[in-house]
Amino acid sequence: MTTTTGRARVPAVEGFFTMGDKPQLIGGRLETGGYCFPLHLGGSDPRSPAGSVDEVLLSRRGRIWSFTNSAYPPPPPFIITEPYVPVVVAAVELEMERMVVLGQVTPGWTVDDLEVGMEVELELGVLYADDETDHLTWQWRPVITEETFGKGT
Amino acid sequence: MEEIAVLGVGMHPWGKWGRNFTEYGVHAARAALADADVDWNDVGFVSGAITVRCGYPGYVSGSTFARALGFNGAQVASSYAACASGVTALSVARGQILSGACDVAVVVGADTTPKGFLAPTSGDRPDDTDWLRFHMVGATNPVYFALHARRRMALYGATPDDFAMVKAKNSRHGVHNPNARYPKEYDVDDVANSPVVSDPLRLLEICATSDGGAALVVCSMDYARSKGVTDPVRVAGLSTVTPTYPDTVIDLPYLATDSAAAVEPPVLGFKDSIGAQVYAEAGMGPADVDVAEVYDLSSALELDWYEQLGLCPEGEAEALLRAGETSIGGRIPVNPSGGLGAFGEAVPAQAIAQVCELTWQLRGQAGGRQVDGARVGVSANQGLFGHGSSVLVRR
Repeated sequence: MTTTTGRARVPAVEGFFTMGDKPQLIGGRLETGGYCFPLHLGGSDPRSPAGSVDEVLLSRRGRIWSFTNSAYPPPPPFIITEPYVPVVVAAVELEMERMVVLGQVTPGWTVDDLEVGMEVELELGVLYADDETDHLTWQWRPVITEETFGKGT
Repeated sequence: MEEIAVLGVGMHPWGKWGRNFTEYGVHAARAALADADVDWNDVGFVSGAITVRCGYPGYVSGSTFARALGFNGAQVASSYAACASGVTALSVARGQILSGACDVAVVVGADTTPKGFLAPTSGDRPDDTDWLRFHMVGATNPVYFALHARRRMALYGATPDDFAMVKAKNSRHGVHNPNARYPKEYDVDDVANSPVVSDPLRLLEICATSDGGAALVVCSMDYARSKGVTDPVRVAGLSTVTPTYPDTVIDLPYLATDSAAAVEPPVLGFKDSIGAQVYAEAGMGPADVDVAEVYDLSSALELDWYEQLGLCPEGEAEALLRAGETSIGGRIPVNPSGGLGAFGEAVPAQAIAQVCELTWQLRGQAGGRQVDGARVGVSANQGLFGHGSSVLVRR
């Protein structure tokens, strides 16, 4: 995928999310009905330990279960972009899947802007960039409401 | 559950000594053997807790320690369960003793740790969730600690002051511990003036990584009697449980929880089940406990443990703390050793160190940090990737 600026946009690691305007996390659906993320790294349901896992796209919206940041730059294999801006992380509860998924919060939002219970939506953002390519990860963006209007970017 | 005796305990002081981890382990083992008055040549089993940061000798820590003490033909095993490694090593030793494979065993864990965040070893491993959480999210260990701290604030009205009070309390305990790395008293203002690591947690509330070593000499009750020890500290319960699906609380190193879409979460969450198992084995309950050593990887996580060990109902940990009940002199002192806040974590040694402290407490040998009349102690800890760790000791 290439943007109008000519920079290539690729997943930092393949197989975690779909590309495009309305990206979704690629999860799994167990034979017994539960979900998992990532697709091949989730736990099984002990009622069906050898059960199959079907690929499924997860809900794009959820609510913040908890949140924090990393004031200090995380160590490798995190790739730091200088100057380091604290990574904000949210654990987000997906209603239908009844599971919580971790992810960065989109740039521009700080912990002061966030609240437990706030609705967020999945986007793709730049995890790190090299000369020609943006390497992407999934991020949660707070849904703009009366409460969140004017916060973040 | 049939009991085994803790005949001897020993530690190497925690610090940033920068020496070979074997030295710390051997120091601790010798101290434990001396404390037990057991000849090394009588030891039939060596149970090492593994360190993954010290090369091959760390992966075979049991034999590394055995060789450094002088190979005596003992049987050996080495165990890894992240922060729970020490209790896993103790569980292996207990199995050997109760099966009759040996009468007396030494359990040892020691580590030499680098400065800064614990991080995965180098290399690209996109199929390793521990690698992925650092690479794709930047989710360090303190990030997970802070997610839980914030959750307490949202659910129970905890405040940053509550978290700071945990650190202050443990530091008051730790000044009386010669093995602690930070035998220094901090108050709530000191905590508030330290930099934020992962909001709302500050530097003084996040446990450091330390060098250290701890060891136990454990044996059958018959062996203890043969040594003339009629009232030893005993391991009455031991828990190395895994979670029960679906585990719906996000925890390191995972990117997501299990899903409760198809089956309701178990009545007891993972960390509640750790204590429940140890109480069930011991045939005791939280009301029997006089002293607890819990894993305060962050100050806020200590509050979670109060509830998960049943020391107070859910949502009441802050009240228990504020009332001084978990300070020495209170109803149920927690972390009289000073906890991880005063030690910093030496991963494979830490769960063993908890048992060392409880043993000293139950023997009345804890000096200025003694909990008066302690007869029953419980430890709690958790290793990433779903390792429960708890030991109940009693006189």
